Amino acid sequence: MTAPRTKAELRSSPHLHKPMSVDMIMRHVVYALLPVCAYAVYQFGISALALLAVCTLVCVGTEHLFCRLAGRASTINDWSAVITGLLLALTLPPSFPLWMAAVASFFGMAVGKMFFGGLGYNVMNPALVGRAFAQAAFTVPMTTWTPALAPGRFTEFIPSTLTPPFLVPTPVDEWIARVATEGFTGATPLALMKFEQTSTDTLQLLTGTVSGSAGETSALLILLCGLYLIARKMMDWRITAGVLGSAAAVSGLFYLIRPEIYPDPLFTLFSGGLMLGAVFMATDMVASPETSKGVWIYGALIGVLTVIIRLFGGLNEGVMYAILLGNAMSPLISRVTQPRRYGAVKKEKAPA
Amino acid sequence: MSPESPAFLFLHAFLINNFVLALFLGLCPFLGVSAKIKTAVPMGLAVIFVMLVASLCAYGINILLVHFEIEYLRLICYIAVIASAVQLVEMTVKKLSPTLFRMLGIYLPLITTNCAILGMALFQTFNEYNFVQSLAYSLGAGAGFMLALVLMAGLREKLELASVPDACTSAAISFMLAGLLSLAFMGFAGLGG
Repeated sequence: MTAPRTKAELRSSPHLHKPMSVDMIMRHVVYALLPVCAYAVYQFGISALALLAVCTLVCVGTEHLFCRLAGRASTINDWSAVITGLLLALTLPPSFPLWMAAVASFFGMAVGKMFFGGLGYNVMNPALVGRAFAQAAFTVPMTTWTPALAPGRFTEFIPSTLTPPFLVPTPVDEWIARVATEGFTGATPLALMKFEQTSTDTLQLLTGTVSGSAGETSALLILLCGLYLIARKMMDWRITAGVLGSAAAVSGLFYLIRPEIYPDPLFTLFSGGLMLGAVFMATDMVASPETSKGVWIYGALIGVLTVIIRLFGGLNEGVMYAILLGNAMSPLISRVTQPRRYGAVKKEKAPA
Repeated sequence: MSPESPAFLFLHAFLINNFVLALFLGLCPFLGVSAKIKTAVPMGLAVIFVMLVASLCAYGINILLVHFEIEYLRLICYIAVIASAVQLVEMTVKKLSPTLFRMLGIYLPLITTNCAILGMALFQTFNEYNFVQSLAYSLGAGAGFMLALVLMAGLREKLELASVPDACTSAAISFMLAGLLSLAFMGFAGLGG
C-alpha cells in the first residue's frame, strides 16, 4: 500500500514566517530616523547635513577599524553604527564644529561600544557617551545655539561648522546678527524657561521652529517616527511611555505647587531633547533592562531624573544624563525584577 | 534647600560630589570588590558603618584637640580611630560570616587606608560642620560609596558575558566603566545649588 500523497508540506511547529534579524530592525530604525534627519537639514541647512554625514561616516569607520584591530569580522553591515552616528548628530547643536563632531563620534563609538565587544555588549548608549564626552570637553560650542530656518542656510555653512581641526571655533555672533530675526538671544526654550521663566508656545515646540540641537526641535515628527517603529514592534513602547508619563507627572506636580516658576507638563514633554531621548535613545535594546516590570521602572527613573536635573540642576537639559544613569542602573533593575520561574514556590520559613 | 541643611549635605556627598565618581577617592576598593554584587553590598555596608563611627569620633576628638591646642595630631588620631572601627567590623564579619570574610579578603582590613574615609573626616573638620551636619555628611558619603560600588558591580556582572577584545579585558575595562559612570554622574553637578 502506498502512502497517500499530500500536497501540503508537513512541518513541526512553531510556524514562523521570518524571524526578525538584528540588521533588519536596525535598518528600520534608520528609516524611522530619516524624516527627522531630513527635517533637521530643512531647518538648519547644509551645516546639519555636514554634521550628519561626518558623524555617520566616523562612527561606521570607527566600528570597522576596531573590528579589524580586534581581529574580528567587520560588523558594519548590521547598520547599528549608522544609527549611532545619526543619533549623535541629531543631539549636537547645528553650529557644532565638524572636527569636534568627529572626535565625539570616535569616542562614543570606541569607548561606548567597541571596547566592550561591539553591538550587544555596550553598557550605555554609544551616541550619548559621545555626547556626554563632547559636553565635558567642548562646553562652549555645545551650548552655542543658532536660529532655525535662517535665510541662506542651504547655500552657506554656519561659520563655526568649518573650523579647522584642533582650533577654537570661529565666533558666530556676527553671522547670527546678520541672519536672525530681531530679538534672537541664542537661548533655547529650556534656557529661557530656566533663567527667565519664559515659556514657549507649544505649537512652536511641536513643529520645531525654535533653536536647539539639530534633530530634537520638532517633537511631533519624532513622535510620529517612533509610532512607526512601535507599529512594527521594533521598539519597546513601554519605555517611551514610562519616560514621558513620569516626566509629565513629576513636572505637573511641581507646576501645581508653584506655576509661576515651574514649567507646565506640556512644555516639559515637547521641549529640549526629551522626545528624541524617550523615543530613540532610552529604548536602546542593549542598555535597557530585559524584564517587563523592569522597563517600566527604567522608563520612570529616566523621566523623573530628567525633570529633577532640569528644574534643580546646574544644567538646563538633563535627558542625556538621565538616560546614561538609567543605563547604568539597568542591570540592577533587571536583577531585582526577575519574574518568578514557572512552578517555583517561594521559599518558606524553616519550621520552628 | 539651604547649603547648610543636613539634607543638602547628605545629597551633596551622596550624588553631587560623590566620593568615588566625582572626587575620585577610595578607588582601590571600588575597583577591587566591585566584581560581584554579593561582595559589593556587604563592603558598602561596612564602609557606611566605618564612616559613621569615624565621623562621630572625629567630631569628638576634634573638640578635644582644639581645646588642648594640639591640632597637629589630627591626622594620626583620625587614622587610629578609623583603624579601630575597621578592626571592629573585621571581627564581626569574621565571626558572623567566614565565607564573606574570605571573599572580601585583603580589602576588608584595607578599609583602614581607604582615602574616602579619611577624606570625609578631614572635610567635615575643615568645613566646620556641627554634629548633625557631620552625621548627615558621613552618611551621604558612605551611601554614595555604596551606590557607586553596587552600580559598578551590576555593570561588571553584565559584562562577564561580553566578548571584550583582548586588549581591553579585566582592569582596563573596569577603568573604562568607572570613567563612563563618572561621566554620567556629571549630570548631578550643581544640583540644588
